[in-house]
Amino acid sequence: MAEAHPVGFQWVMEAKKRGAKVIHVDPRFTRTSAMAHTHVPIRVGTDIAFLGGIVNYVLSGELDFREYLLAYTNAATIVSEDYVDAEEFDGLFSGFDPDTRTYDTRSWQYAQQEHTGNSEAGTHQQRETASSMQHETHGAQMPGFPPRDETLQHPNCVYQILKRHFARYTPEMVERICGVSQEAFLEVCHAWTENSGRDRTTALVYSVGWTQHSVGVQYIRTGAILQLLLGNMGRPGGGIMALRGHASIQGSTDIPTLYNLLPGYLPMPHATDHPDLQSWVDKVRQPGAKGFWSNADAFAISLLKSYWGDAATAENDYCFDYIPKLTGDHGTYRTVLDMIDGKVKGYFLLGQNPAVGSAHGRAQRLGMANLDWLVVRDLFEIESASFWKNSPEVETGEIVPEECATEVFLLPAASHVEKEGTFTQTQRMLQWREKALDPRGDCRSELWFFYHLGRLLRERLAGSTEERDRPLLDLAWDYPVHDSGPASGEWAEPSAEAVLMEINGYEVATRRPLSSFNEMKADGSTVGGCWIYTGVFADGVNQAARRKPGSEQSWVAPEWGWAWPANRRILYNRASADPDGKPWSERKAYVWWDEEAGQWTGHDVPDFEKTKPPSYRAPEGAEGVKAIEGVDPFIMQGDGKGALYVPQGLIDGPLPTHYEPVESPFRNALYGQQANPTRKQYSRDDNPLNPSPPSSEEAVAVFPYIFTTSRLTEHHTAGGMSRYLQYLSELQPEMFVEVSPELAAERGLVNGGWCHVVTARSAVEGRVLVTDRLRPLRVEGRVVHQVWLPYHWGTGGMVTGDSTNDLFGITLDPNVLIQESKVGTCDVRPGRRPTGPALREYVEGYVERAQANDGAPVVTADADAVRASQAVADRGEQA
Amino acid sequence: MAREWLGWPVLRQLTGRDFLGRGPAVRSANTDEISARTETADRVARSVCPYCAVGCGQKVYVKGEQVIQIEGDPDSPISRGRLCPKGSASKNLVTSPLRQTKVRYRRAYGTEWEDLDLETAMNMIADRVVSTRAETWQDVDEHGRRVRRTLGIAGLGGATLDNEENFLIKKLFTAMGAVQIENQARI
Repeated sequence: MAEAHPVGFQWVMEAKKRGAKVIHVDPRFTRTSAMAHTHVPIRVGTDIAFLGGIVNYVLSGELDFREYLLAYTNAATIVSEDYVDAEEFDGLFSGFDPDTRTYDTRSWQYAQQEHTGNSEAGTHQQRETASSMQHETHGAQMPGFPPRDETLQHPNCVYQILKRHFARYTPEMVERICGVSQEAFLEVCHAWTENSGRDRTTALVYSVGWTQHSVGVQYIRTGAILQLLLGNMGRPGGGIMALRGHASIQGSTDIPTLYNLLPGYLPMPHATDHPDLQSWVDKVRQPGAKGFWSNADAFAISLLKSYWGDAATAENDYCFDYIPKLTGDHGTYRTVLDMIDGKVKGYFLLGQNPAVGSAHGRAQRLGMANLDWLVVRDLFEIESASFWKNSPEVETGEIVPEECATEVFLLPAASHVEKEGTFTQTQRMLQWREKALDPRGDCRSELWFFYHLGRLLRERLAGSTEERDRPLLDLAWDYPVHDSGPASGEWAEPSAEAVLMEINGYEVATRRPLSSFNEMKADGSTVGGCWIYTGVFADGVNQAARRKPGSEQSWVAPEWGWAWPANRRILYNRASADPDGKPWSERKAYVWWDEEAGQWTGHDVPDFEKTKPPSYRAPEGAEGVKAIEGVDPFIMQGDGKGALYVPQGLIDGPLPTHYEPVESPFRNALYGQQANPTRKQYSRDDNPLNPSPPSSEEAVAVFPYIFTTSRLTEHHTAGGMSRYLQYLSELQPEMFVEVSPELAAERGLVNGGWCHVVTARSAVEGRVLVTDRLRPLRVEGRVVHQVWLPYHWGTGGMVTGDSTNDLFGITLDPNVLIQESKVGTCDVRPGRRPTGPALREYVEGYVERAQANDGAPVVTADADAVRASQAVADRGEQA
Repeated sequence: MAREWLGWPVLRQLTGRDFLGRGPAVRSANTDEISARTETADRVARSVCPYCAVGCGQKVYVKGEQVIQIEGDPDSPISRGRLCPKGSASKNLVTSPLRQTKVRYRRAYGTEWEDLDLETAMNMIADRVVSTRAETWQDVDEHGRRVRRTLGIAGLGGATLDNEENFLIKKLFTAMGAVQIENQARI
C-alpha cells in the first residue's frame, strides 16, 4: 500500500499512531513492510491456505463474534442435504461434470431450495459471461427465508459445514503450503482475533493484484468469511478494502465499459436467457428474494429510456430488442485470440496499453497486427500504437511492417486537466474535476470523440431502411455543447454535466432530476442511466463537485464529493449497531436507531430504510424491500444476511478451497485436485503453459522458480502515464529483476549485472538486484526461490526495457474472467536474453524440454471422487 | 564593510528577536521581491489526480493558458494536500514535450507515420465502423438465436476515463451492436 497507494497509506500511519497493529503479508519486503509492525513473507498463490488457516483458528477456538454472526450472517442457515464438501471429494464439490469442468449447483443450495441452483449447462454459461460480476452489487438472489438452526448445531448448517471444510487448514498445514512459520502465522491469528469484537475492528486491505489469480474471487471470499466471522463488516475501522489502481476503475465497472454488464450492474442480456424484457428483469430480481433488486424493472426501464429516449415505449418493450445479445465469452482475452484468428477487424484502444499491460504481450501484439484498423487514443505514442514498427515481434521477424495490413489511427487525447468530468475513486466516491484549460492541437476528450463518432455514424446511416441501423438512428444523442475553444461549432465539446445529469436520471415530463433511485419508475416516466448513481445530481446540484474542506466537517466528511449509493461512506452500516439498533460499543458507534425520533441516525447515511425499526419482522409471504427485516443489514442479498457460504453466483464452489496456482512447482498438499478445476483455459499452440505437478518432475524442473510482479511507486501500470515523463523516468530508469542472495549464488547472478527470466511464452531481461527483501521459503520440506519483477517497461518512452507481462500465458478465474498474472513459474539465467529470431528458438527450446504444450490434465482429483461428485448431480437430475 | 557585516543574516538572527531564523532574520530584499508562481496564476481549477484510485485532490494553476503548477489540495479529506511521486509529476504529464498533439496515421503496409487532419481522421474512422459493422453483422447466431450484433469491432479502455465518457462509450457501442468492449477492470 505504501508503494502503490502512498497517500492512502497515511491513514494506516494515523491508525498506527493511535495504537493499531499493522501487519503486512507479502512475498517481498516493501516500504509497507518497513512501516508495519510485522512483515509475513508468503509463497505467492497460497492466500486461501493462509486465510483459511485463520478461519480454522477462529472456528476451532470459537473466537467468532457470536451475536453478530447469528444475527447478521447465514451461519445458522441449513444447506441441502445433497451438498457434499470438497473435503469428501478430493478437492471437488458435489455436482462436478468433468467434461465441461463446471458444476451442477443444485446440491449447493439452501435446504428446500434445491431448484434455485443451476444445471451444469447453466453454470457453463455463467462462466462464459462472467456473470458473477453482477454480484458486485447484486448479492445472491436466493429465496428470502431459508430454514435456520439458531443453535448452530445442525450438521448441515453453514457454521458446521464451514468448520469441517477448514478443519485441515492447521498451522502445520499453513507452514507446509505457504512457507510461513507457525509462530508468524499464530501472531497474525492473535492480532486479528484480539482486535475484533464489540470494541475493536480489524480492516483487511488488498490491492487488486489479488484478483489476478485463477482463484482470485475465492481469495476475496476467504477474507470476507473471516471478516464476517469476526463481525468486522459494515463497521468503522473494519471491512475489506480493495485498493484499485486506476483513477476511475471503480467508475468503469459501475458504468461499465465491460462486455457482460450494463450500467448499475444490470447484466448484458444473453440470447438464450433473456429473449425479452420480462425475462431479463425477472432473472435479475429473483421473485421471492428480499432486497432492493425487486425494483430491477424500474432501474432497467429507466436505463433503456436514457439510451433510446422517446423511441423507447411500453409497446416495444422500451427497445429492449435493440441491445445486442451475448452468447458466450466475449472478454478481452477471447477477443485478442479472435484477432489472431482473423475474426475481429476493428479495435479501439482508449487510454489503455495492452501491448505492455495485458498478459501474454506477444499474443496482444500479434492480434493487433492482424486487424484491418486500429484506433489508439492516448496522451503519448504508446507501444500499442507502434507495434508495427517497434516491438519484440518486429525484432524476431514475426511482424514485418511491409506485410502488416493494420491501418493505425493515433488520436491524441485530452488530459485530466483539459476536460471536465467525474472519476469514481476506490471508496465509490465521485469527485468532479473542473476543466483548467483547453487541450492543445488535435487533443480531444473521449466524450468529444464518441459524441462526434456517434454523430457521424448517424449522419451516414440517416435514411437507412436496414433494421440493424434503428438502434443508432433512434439513439438519444442530443447533448448540449460548450461552444468555445478549439473545439467549436459543428465539432464542439459536449457538456459532461449534461451527461452526468442523464446518468443521475430525471422525470421525463418535467426534467426534474431524481434524488434517489426509489423515485425510478417502471412505466417509462423516468430516465436514469445508472441507478446506483442516482442522487449525484440531487436537487439539480452537482453533488460530486462539493468541496467543503475536510477540516470543516466531521471525520466521515460527507460533504466532499458524493459516494454511491445515496452518499453512503460505509456500506451495510446497519451492522455497526447491534440487533436492537444500539451501537456495539461507544467506541465503535457509527449508525444507530433513535427510538424517540423513530429513525436511524448517526455519522453516515444509514444503509437501511430510515424509519424501519430493528424490531420489524416481515409479514408472511413478503418479498423484496418489505421482506427485509430490522435485523437484515445486507440489503442486497436475497436473504438479507452476510454470506459465509455462497449457494449462488460462484462457479468454482460455495466455499474457498486451496488450489495451487496453474503454474506451480508443488503438488497440492490438501487435495488430489491440483489447481482450480473450473478455470477458464485456452488450450492453443500460441498459449503454452509451464508444466506443474502431477506432470513429471523433470518437466516441472525446467521452470523451477516462482515469480510475481507488482508496481513501483514511481511508475504507473503499463507506463503510458509515467515512462514519457522526465522526473519519473529519472527516478526509475531501468527494468530490473529482484532476487535473493541465495538465488543469486545458485544461478551466478551479479548485482547490477544482467539476467533474464524465461517462461514458455517469452524471455525478458533486466538488471539484477540482489536483495534480502526476497527470502527463500521452505515449502513442503524444500527451499523455493521467488523472483520479483516490476512490469512497467516497453519499447516506447524515455526509458525502455522488456515487458514483464510477456512472460504470462492466458488462464482466467472462472467467475470474472480475470487472468492469472501475479504468479507463474520460470527459469532465471545470468546474462542478456538472445535477440532477433534466436529469441523464439531459445523459448521454443524450453517449451520442448518442458513438453509445455502437452495439454496436462486439468482434473487431477481421484477418479472415484470425480465419479461420486458427478453422481450427486445425476441424482438431482432424476429427482 | 561594517554595513555589510551588519546585514549578515546570522548576525541578525543572533542579535534580533527571530532567534530560530524562521522569520524576518532570514528575509532579504530579494526574498521580498519574489513570490510563488501560484500567487500570480490567472486561475485555479479543482481537480483530482489521474493515476491510482485513491483520488487525491489537486489544484491546477493556469497562467497565460499554460499549466504552471499542480499541487495537492489541502482541503481534501482524502489526501490532506499530499501527492505521491506520480501525482507530484502530473504537471510533467500534461506538459510533457513527448505528448502527442497531432493525429498520426499509419496506412496498411506503411513503414512510417503520416500526418492526417483531425476531421479527415474522424470521417475515415466513421467510414470504417460503418463498413466493418455491415460486413460482420449478425442478426442471428449459428444456432438461430436473435443476437443483432457485430463481433468485428472491439474496444479496450475506460479505467483512466471519466464516468461520463464511459457512459457514452457503452451507449454508442451498444447501439452499434458491438458487445466486445472491455477495460482494465477485467485485467
